This record gives sequence, structure tokens and C-alpha cells, in this order.
Amino acid sequence: MTHTSPTMTARRIEDKPLARRSTILHDLATIARRACRSVFREPEFFIPALITPVFFFVVNIGALQDVAESGAALAGQDFDFKAFQLPVAIIFAVTGVSRASSLVIDIQDGYFDRLLLTPVRRPALLLGLMAADLMAVMMLAVPVTALGLLLGISFKTGVLGILAFLVYGALWGLAFAGFPYAIALKTGNPAAVNSSFILFFPFAFLTTSFLPKEVLTGWLATIATYNPVTYVLEGLRALITEGWVWEDLGAGLLAILAVMMVSFGLASAAMRGRIAKK
Amino acid sequence: MTAAITTQGLRRSFGDNHAVNGVDLRVEAGEIYGFLGPNGAGKSTMVKVLCTLITPTGGTAAVAGYDVATRAGDIRLRIGVALQEASLDPKQTGRELLQLQGMLYGLSKLNIRRRLNDVIDLVDIGSAIDDLVESYSGGMRRRLDLAMSLIHKPQILFLDEPTTGLDPVSRNDVWQEVRTLNKQEGMTIFLTTQYLEEADALAGRVGIIASGRLKAEGTPTELKRRIGTDLIVAKIDGNPESAAGAVRALDGIEGVEVHGDEISASTSDGAGAISGVAVALNESNHRVTSLTLRTPTLDDVFLNVTGAKLSASHQTSETSGEAAS
Repeated sequence: MTHTSPTMTARRIEDKPLARRSTILHDLATIARRACRSVFREPEFFIPALITPVFFFVVNIGALQDVAESGAALAGQDFDFKAFQLPVAIIFAVTGVSRASSLVIDIQDGYFDRLLLTPVRRPALLLGLMAADLMAVMMLAVPVTALGLLLGISFKTGVLGILAFLVYGALWGLAFAGFPYAIALKTGNPAAVNSSFILFFPFAFLTTSFLPKEVLTGWLATIATYNPVTYVLEGLRALITEGWVWEDLGAGLLAILAVMMVSFGLASAAMRGRIAKK
Repeated sequence: MTAAITTQGLRRSFGDNHAVNGVDLRVEAGEIYGFLGPNGAGKSTMVKVLCTLITPTGGTAAVAGYDVATRAGDIRLRIGVALQEASLDPKQTGRELLQLQGMLYGLSKLNIRRRLNDVIDLVDIGSAIDDLVESYSGGMRRRLDLAMSLIHKPQILFLDEPTTGLDPVSRNDVWQEVRTLNKQEGMTIFLTTQYLEEADALAGRVGIIASGRLKAEGTPTELKRRIGTDLIVAKIDGNPESAAGAVRALDGIEGVEVHGDEISASTSDGAGAISGVAVALNESNHRVTSLTLRTPTLDDVFLNVTGAKLSASHQTSETSGEAAS
């Protein structure tokens, strides 16, 4: 058996590799490019995510619009239920949309290891996917918003408000996406990632999805007060019916930032754990 | 000579499982080194440590002159890796994956274009290079995986069981490519395999690993020579230990080993000794179901150093005969 000479005496055999490390932006764009291509090639990823919000939007309007608007009229208030529901549809459309499932597949198939074997900057592996998520949530938010416009909803903030509405929704989608990524990276298990959808329910339903905050009572009112989606919805609704109400918009943005800090923190910790050379 | 890979007392444990347990290794730049062992021997763990995917739990390792524990980034720029399973994204085309790989390695657009032309020849799948990978056969995937590991022209190439699951034609293609890369590009190749013929055909030197330890190392010829020039193998229907004793006493027999119902006698003159072995077994009333004379294979070496067979059957039988007593 040949015994080695001391490790550190091994000379470097050549020091001009063709490969080199790129900037994080370059790596992020590279990872995002692949993820974006996959979004377009996986209609099964896109279509159900679009059907759900459209279904709820149309059904809620059909079932509750008359009740809600006539109830408000009796109280002497002018209430546009369609405008009230459009932000809910956006939340339904963008919450939970992520490439976390494909990340799990990468982990299971070994492609994630292949990426780790390259000099790619590690944060780009997650941020690149999130960049693709941003595109995906916009792709979902635009048709839902367009449907709202077709149904006669008008924005008090005009075209700029519509753009702000889309960006606002997209930012919320991105903030929530950190949770499935954290689960994907922590478990490497597709079933666990799918079950992360459960998180969607308390966020999306224990809030002002169906009724304004003023009429919520008891435990639901308490939970809604602490649910960040309540403030996101208020910001989105303000853009449609109130105008540029900076207090509502600011509170919504703060809520998004708070969720982002938690979810991205969890995802980053899970990523560090995943790439730690255990 | 310059070392491409060195390890000293390298260990990697997963709890109580010592997957790599004190391996000393030196692979010279420009050589093809075959790491031979059965499933679970520690081959893949060794590759993962050397490729910087996991850190060692003991000892040291350097690749291209850089310590795996502290200079992983420098190593990654200089190595190419094709892991055991072809790890590809099925939703991309072959060309897209190669381009992506080039970008991840920070290659310029010009270099990506040049290297794509080079490695697409290697993949050799014609217009299918623009099809989604999900439509590729196992052989096509494996060739694409190999091409991806070469896009940045690495100095050292790690191939973890590169032909497992491939049909004979695809396997020969991979072998040919490995030889070409080594000869034409001067690439150092660290190859793990559980196929004896693969190690024999490709590797300049072979290390035999079992239970996380390097049991033997040398050129295939050197390793076989340790067994003896020729091997006389007799399958005994009865007591092989007693049969071994009868053969051991013969002139010209250098050693006899018993493995199951077989005895293997090493000798420098197989043709001259085989009749004596047959007579000795017959006279000592041992029933012989087969008697074979052949040159040693790496399987014999493996059997000799680990006490277990790597392959289900012996491969070469340059000179053989059968006899029953």
C-alpha cells in the first residue's frame, strides 16, 4: 500500500482554472433563469394556483355580494363587495406560490448537490428561486386583477394604484414563500412541503377575508388583529376604494416586512443547515 | 511527480458508522486511479469528502493542492464531478443545462460557446440536445452528466460509478471517453467502481476499499502478481479444508486458500502443477466438481485481501479445464 506524503506538501498542479467565482447577482440571475424556464414548462404549477383564487372570487361574489351590500345599505353605508373581495383573491392567488417543491425534487434527485459542487454563491441558490417566484406571483396576480377590472372594479388610485396593488400582492407572496422553502430545505420531503399549505388557512381565513374588521367579534377579532394579512388586505383595499392612504399602506408593508424577516430567517437557517457539510 | 489528491488518515463517520476509516492515499496528477469496492464500502463517501460535499471527521485531505476542509472554494474551481446518479433537471434541455453549468462556473460567453461545442460532441445525441432531459434514456443522461462535469475543463475528474446501470455499448463509450480525457487533456481521473473489469481496463492504479479501509493498492498487474502467476481453483464436494491440506503439501504450490467450497492454489507454473493437484485430490479421496487453471483476476485480489468476493462469478478463464475425481 502506498502511504502518502504529508498532505500539505502536495503541490498545486496548475493555477489557471477556466472556472471562476461570479458575483452574487450573476449567480442569482443564472439560478432564476432556470427556475423561470421551469415555471413556463410546468402548467400544473400555474393553472391550479390560478383556478383557486378565481373560483373563490367568483363564488364569493355570487353568493355574498347581495347580502353584504344590502346589509351595508340598511346601515346607511355604501359598500362595494367586489372591491372588498379582490384583495382576498390576490392573497389567495399569491400565498404559498413558490418553487419549494422543485427544490425538494432537486435535493432528492441530487441536482442540488450538483449545484453545491459548483462555485455558485450559496445565497443565490435560494434568492434565485425567489426571483422566479416573484415572476410567478405576478403572473397570477395580473389575471386575477384583470378579472376584477372586467367585473367593473375601479381603482381610486388609478393605473399607478393598480401597479402598486400588484407589487404589494407580489411582495406578500414572496414573504410567505420563505415558509415552504424553510420546510423544503429542512426536511427534503415533498409531503412536508405540500403540507406547508396548511399555513395558508390561518393566514388567509382568520382575518378580514369576508367581513370588515369592525364587524368581527370575539376570538376572530383578536386573531385578526395579530394576523399580518389583515393589514395587507387593508393596504390593498385602500388602493381600490380609499386612495393613497399612507397609514394603511405603511402598516401593510410593515406586516409584509415582519413576515418576510421571520420566513426568510427560517429559510436561511434551513439553507445553512442543508449546505453544512454534516 | 505532483500529487493531485492526497489523504492522510482520512476518516468520515456518520454516528457509529465509520464509512471512511483512516485512508491514506496519493493520486498523482495525470493518472487514472480506480477505487474498487462493493456497495457500502465507503467509495461514495470518499468521493463526497474529496469533492467538498461533506467534511472529514478526521485526518486530512488535499485536492489539487488545497485542503478540503479550508479551501473548498478553490477545489471546486478545479474539479469536475459525476456522482453515482446522473443528477439532471428533467425540465431543461441538454443544451440549457450545459449552458447553465458553464454560467455557474463563471465562464465567459465565448468560453461557454467554445466548451459547448466540445462537450456536445461528447454527449453525441444529435438534435436531442435541444430536447427536454425527461425524454432522455439512461445512457444519454449519463453522457450529459459527464459532459456537464467537463464544461469548465477541470484538472481533476471524479467519477462515482460512472457506468453502473449502463448497457455494454454505453459503458464502452464512457470508458473510451475516460481514456481520451486522460490521454489528450492530461486530466487526473479518480474513478470509483464495483466492476472489476472496469478498474482493470481503465485504471493505472487500483485501490481496494472495504469497510472504509484501503486494503490494497497498486497497478492491476502488481495486485494480481501478489496472488501468484497462476491460480488452480478446485470446487470440492466435501471437506475443502482437508482438500487444501492435501494440495498445500505439493511441490510448486505457493499458497492455498479456502473460500466456501472452493480452494485456490497459487503457483508460478499452473500448467505443470495442475495434474499434481488433480492426482493429490483424487488420492486423498476428495470429490472435485470442477478444476480450473487461470491467471488471477482483481476478484481474486479482492477475495485475498478482504475474504469476500466482489463479483458473483470469475471473469477470465484463459486456460481452463474441468475434471472430476
